[in-house]
Amino acid sequence: MSAIREINAAAASQQQLMGERELRRIADTVLRLAKSIGVAETEVHVEETISALTRFANNGIHQNVAEHTLNVSVRTQVDQRTARVTTNRTDEDSLRAAIEASLSLAHSQPKNPQLLTMTGKQRYRRVNRFIKQTAALTPEGRARAVRRACDLAVKKGQTAAGIFSSAQSQSAMSNSRGLLAAYRDTHAVFSITMQEGSAASWAKENSANVAEIDPQRLAQRASEKAHHATEARELAPGRYTVILEPAAVLDLVGFLFYDFAATALRDKRSCFNGRMGKQVFGKNISIVDDVYHPLQLGAPFDGEGIPRQRVLLVDQGVPKNLVYSRASAKLERKKPTGHGFMLPNEYGEAPMNLVFSGGKSSLEEMIACTERGLLVTRLWYIREVDPYEKIMTGMTRDGLFLVERGRVGSAVRNFRFNQSILEMLRNVEMMGPAVRATGEEAFEMVVPAMKIRDFHFSEATKF
Amino acid sequence: MYDLASAALDTAKIRGASYADVRVMHLRQRDLTTKNGQVGTQAQSESIGLGIRVLANGAWGFASTDRLTRQGVAACAAQAVSIAKASALAKREDVVMAPENVYVDSWQSPFRKDPFEIPLETQLALLLEADAEMRRVKGVTLTETDMQFRKIDSWFGSSIGSRIHQRKVITGCGIAATAFQGDEIQKRSYPNSFGGQHALQGYELVESLDLLKHAPVIAEEAVALHSAAQCPQKAGTMILGGSQLGLQIHESVGHPIELDRVLGQEANFAGTSFLTLDQLNKLRYASDIVNVVADARLEHGQGLGTFAYDDEGVPAQCTEIIKTGQFRGYLSNRETAHLVGLKRSSGTMRAESWNRLPIIRMTNVSLLPGTWTYGDLVADTDDGILMETNRSWSIDDRRYQFQFSTEIGWEIKGGKIGRMLKNPSYSGITTEFWNSCDAICNREHWTLWGTPNCGKGQPMQTMGTGHGASPARFRNVRIGSAFSEQ
Repeated sequence: MSAIREINAAAASQQQLMGERELRRIADTVLRLAKSIGVAETEVHVEETISALTRFANNGIHQNVAEHTLNVSVRTQVDQRTARVTTNRTDEDSLRAAIEASLSLAHSQPKNPQLLTMTGKQRYRRVNRFIKQTAALTPEGRARAVRRACDLAVKKGQTAAGIFSSAQSQSAMSNSRGLLAAYRDTHAVFSITMQEGSAASWAKENSANVAEIDPQRLAQRASEKAHHATEARELAPGRYTVILEPAAVLDLVGFLFYDFAATALRDKRSCFNGRMGKQVFGKNISIVDDVYHPLQLGAPFDGEGIPRQRVLLVDQGVPKNLVYSRASAKLERKKPTGHGFMLPNEYGEAPMNLVFSGGKSSLEEMIACTERGLLVTRLWYIREVDPYEKIMTGMTRDGLFLVERGRVGSAVRNFRFNQSILEMLRNVEMMGPAVRATGEEAFEMVVPAMKIRDFHFSEATKF
Repeated sequence: MYDLASAALDTAKIRGASYADVRVMHLRQRDLTTKNGQVGTQAQSESIGLGIRVLANGAWGFASTDRLTRQGVAACAAQAVSIAKASALAKREDVVMAPENVYVDSWQSPFRKDPFEIPLETQLALLLEADAEMRRVKGVTLTETDMQFRKIDSWFGSSIGSRIHQRKVITGCGIAATAFQGDEIQKRSYPNSFGGQHALQGYELVESLDLLKHAPVIAEEAVALHSAAQCPQKAGTMILGGSQLGLQIHESVGHPIELDRVLGQEANFAGTSFLTLDQLNKLRYASDIVNVVADARLEHGQGLGTFAYDDEGVPAQCTEIIKTGQFRGYLSNRETAHLVGLKRSSGTMRAESWNRLPIIRMTNVSLLPGTWTYGDLVADTDDGILMETNRSWSIDDRRYQFQFSTEIGWEIKGGKIGRMLKNPSYSGITTEFWNSCDAICNREHWTLWGTPNCGKGQPMQTMGTGHGASPARFRNVRIGSAFSEQ
C-alpha cells in the first residue's frame, strides 16, 4: 500500500466509531489489570466521540474543525475510599498507570463510611438515537448548506454567521461486580444569526437526525426577523406581558434543573427547600424528567450505571418529587432514580432530560390575543442573582418586538431583565406545544413557547 | 514530539497546504474538593494529542487526533487539508497572515513547588481543616473547598520553521461558606468566588492564601449577611474590591477588544463589540486616570494569561489598550492584525487543548495601579458603598450594558466603613462607567486575579485569563438595580 493510500485509509477509518466489542475490550482490560493487582472494586467508563463543526461569519466559512477523542476513566474503591483517574491512552501500561494513580488518590483520603459498594448488573430499556445519515455528514455537505445560507444573506443585503455541526459518540461502562452498559448516539446542530445594519436575528435547531434540520428554512426565518428588527425603538423598562419563544423559555427554566436534586435540598441550596408539596408554580405547569421521551436524547443509564427513570417533578404547579443518586437515596430512604453523576463528586445528581407539559396555543394565537406586550426571540448571558427566589438576570437578544392589539409591530431595543423564575411560572397565561428547544445557556430540553404577564425588565441597552 | 509535528506538517504540505501549524499537547490535571467535611471530588486526568491547522485554497481547516503514530498524525493532517478545501467552497476571501519570525525555543513557567509532587494527604488535610474551621461557625449550612492543579506541555511547530516547547504549571484554590436561613441563601468565598484564586504558579499559591485564617471570617460573614440591611437602590458612589474589578475589566474591556468579535466572527455565539474599527484612537473609553494593558509577558506577573509564545508562535507582548482614558488597541492575531493597520499580531491566539483551534483570547488584561492608598480612598469617600467578591455577572452581546452583584457590601459614611449590606448590585453602560472612575489604589493593593473559566468559541473552549486590579472608586453608579421592584 502506498503512503498516500495508507493515509486515505486511516483518514476514512477516523470517521467511524469503534465497534462495541472493541470498546468492551478496553473496559475488560482495565478490569483484568485491576484484578491482577488486587483492587477490591473497579469501575471503568470508555467514551469515544467523533465530531466536526463548520463555522461561518461575514457570509463565508472562517473556521472548520474535526476531532476524534477516546477517554478511559477508571474509578477504584478500596476500604471505603474512592478516586477517579482519566486518560486518553489505551495501551496496557497507560491503563495500569491510571489504575495505580486512582488507587494512590484513594489511599490518600480518610475513610467515608457512607460510600456504597459498586452496583451490580442492571437491565436497561433500549433507545435508538444513532442515525447513520448524521454520522455520514461530510465537510463538503456542511459547506454546501452554509453556502446556500450565505447566498441568501448576500441576496438580502444581510450578513450571516453561524455553525453547522455533527457528532457521533458512544460510551460503555462496566465494573468488577458485573455491570455492563453501552450507548451510542448522533447529534447535529445548525445555528444562524442574520445581521442587517445594527439589527440581528437568530434561529437554531438540533436533532439526532440531521435530516430533520432544514438549514435553509432556519436561514430564511432569521433573515425575515432580522429585516423586521431594523429601526428598533426604545421603550421604558418596566413590567410587560411577554411571549417567549421556546429558546428563551429553555434558557431561563434550564437554571432550575439542579434544584430538583435531593443532594441540593440536603445541602440547603435548592429553591425547593421548604417548598416541596406547596403550590409554587401555576396549576398549568407540570414537569417530568424523561430520557425516553421521543424528543429527548441521552443514555438510558446514569453515571453510576443505574437505569434512568421517568420522574414526575412538578405536578400542576406543585413540586412533588426529586431525583436521587444511590447515595442520596440511601440517606433519604428512597430508591435511586438513575440521575447520579459519575463518582466521586459533591453534587450527587440532577435531572438532565426535562420535559414541560406545554399547551395547545400557537405562537400566532398568543400574539393575536395580546393587547400590548413583547415578543422575545432569545435571551442571553443569564446568571443567578438570588438562588432561593431564583431571580435571574440577563438580556434579550436577536429580535425583540412590540406586540400591539394582536399584531407584531416594530422592533424594540434590547432590555435587561431581573426576574424570578418562580414568579414567572406562576404568571404563565398561555403555552404552545412542547418542542425540543435549543439555546446557548441551558442544555437542550423539551419546552413550550409561553405567554407570561408582568415580566420584569429593569434597564435598556443601546441597541 | 517534534518528529510527530514534522510528520504532520510534511503531509499537510504534500496535500497542498500553503501554511500549517501543529501543536502536540500533554495536559495533566488534579481536582480535589471537600463538602461539609467530606472529600467530594478526588480526580486526576491526562490527555495527549495533536491538532493541526492548515491553510489550503486560501481557507482554514483544522483536525485533531489522539493517535500519535506517524500514520495517525499523517491521516489527521490529510483530514485538515481536506476540510480546508471544503471551507474554500464557501470562503469570502483568501486568508492573509501577518508575517512572523521563526523561533526555536523552550520555556517553563516559574514555580517553587510542583503541586503534583506535594503529598495528596497534605493537600486534602489542608482543605478538610479549612472546611472544619468554617463549620465551627453556627448558622453555616454548607461548606466547600477546592484545589485544582494543571501541568500543560505543548510542542508547537509551523511550516515556517518554528519549534517551541512550553511548560505551564497552574494552581487554583478557594473556600466558600453558605448559610440558609428563612427565605435567603447567603454565601461568602475566599479569596474569590467560583473556585478562588488561580495563577501560573505552583503550590506556593495555596500556601500564600492562609486559608485557615480566612475560613472563620467568611463563615461568620455568611451568617451575618442574614441580619444585614438590604443594599439600597440609588445612584451613588461605589468602591469595588480588586477581584470584582478584575471581572469588571474582563467583561467590559477584555471581551470588547477581541478583534474576532469586532469583525463579526463571533456574531452567532459570544457576540460582537461596540468597539467598531472607527473607534480606535478616537473613543474616550474612560477617565484620564484609567490605563489598561494586555500583557502576556512574565514581567507583568504570573497570571493565567502569561506565556512566552501564543499558539500561533508569536512572542508574548504588552499591548496598550486604554491610555489616559483613550482607546488605543485591540487583541489581534496573524489573520486580523492587518485590518487595524498592524504589521504584526499582538500574540493572543490560544487553544484550550490539542483538539481545539486557537482563537483570540485575553492575555492579562489589567488596570494599571493608581496613586491612592486604600485607607486614603475610604477616608476620602463621604457617602458610598464598598462591594466585594462577585456573585453574578451579565453583559449584553455588544458589551454595552452590564449588571454585577457581589457577595457582600459595606456602607461608607464620613470616610469610614460602617454597616454590612446584603445583596449588593450595580449596573451601567461600559463607557459611562469607566469614565466615572475617579480614584485607583496603588501597586501595594494590586493583585493579578485569575479568571479560569472564560468560555468562547464553537466548539466551546474554556480558557484562563488574568486581570490585574486594585480597588477603585466610581461615581454616580446605578446601585441596587438587581433587586429593584422584586
